[in-house]
Amino acid sequence: MFILDIVSSALLIAGVFFGLTGAVGLFKFPDFFTRIHAASVTDSVAAILIIGGLLLQTSFDLNTAKLLFILAFLLITSPTASHALAKSARHGGLLCLAETTNKPTDERPHD
Amino acid sequence: MSLVLAAVCIAIMVVMALALARSFSSPTVYDRILGINMFGTKTVLFIAVVGFLMGRPDFLDIAIVYALINFIGMVAVLRFFEYTAPVE
Repeated sequence: MFILDIVSSALLIAGVFFGLTGAVGLFKFPDFFTRIHAASVTDSVAAILIIGGLLLQTSFDLNTAKLLFILAFLLITSPTASHALAKSARHGGLLCLAETTNKPTDERPHD
Repeated sequence: MSLVLAAVCIAIMVVMALALARSFSSPTVYDRILGINMFGTKTVLFIAVVGFLMGRPDFLDIAIVYALINFIGMVAVLRFFEYTAPVE
């Protein structure tokens, strides 16, 4: 099918674009927590688009089920791993950029 | 169609190389774990695309197993570093 190939190619290329965007964001963002944001969001979108593009090339057999299983598992585990990473970094004492640049002052206005 | 799949394979390899470079030259240990996590997720996608490129979609089984192992390894390493962070 010609149209299915075009749609599949578009989905794959869009997924790769989001993946490259996330990889560049790993280097360009100034803070660890913003880097988590760049990596996790683009990981989810790239997984959806690339596996969706591969789904259009199967002929509704066992490979379709396997791809759907991979997609469901990635959609569950990728945000979970990002959350665990942010929680672990927070418990480990890592500060975000606003906390390191704006030092908390001793004089508070109301208490 | 195989041309697009080959281009997608190369681009995913570039993304994996960038994630590894981030995890090699990173300020904190959490950045390294973040790069490894991204590397693992992209490896799952890479194995799936390579299976379709080579005409052997049985590679999807390996992708499933890699996704499972990647998540378990991530959670194990994060539990280890949650309260005992090495100060760099």
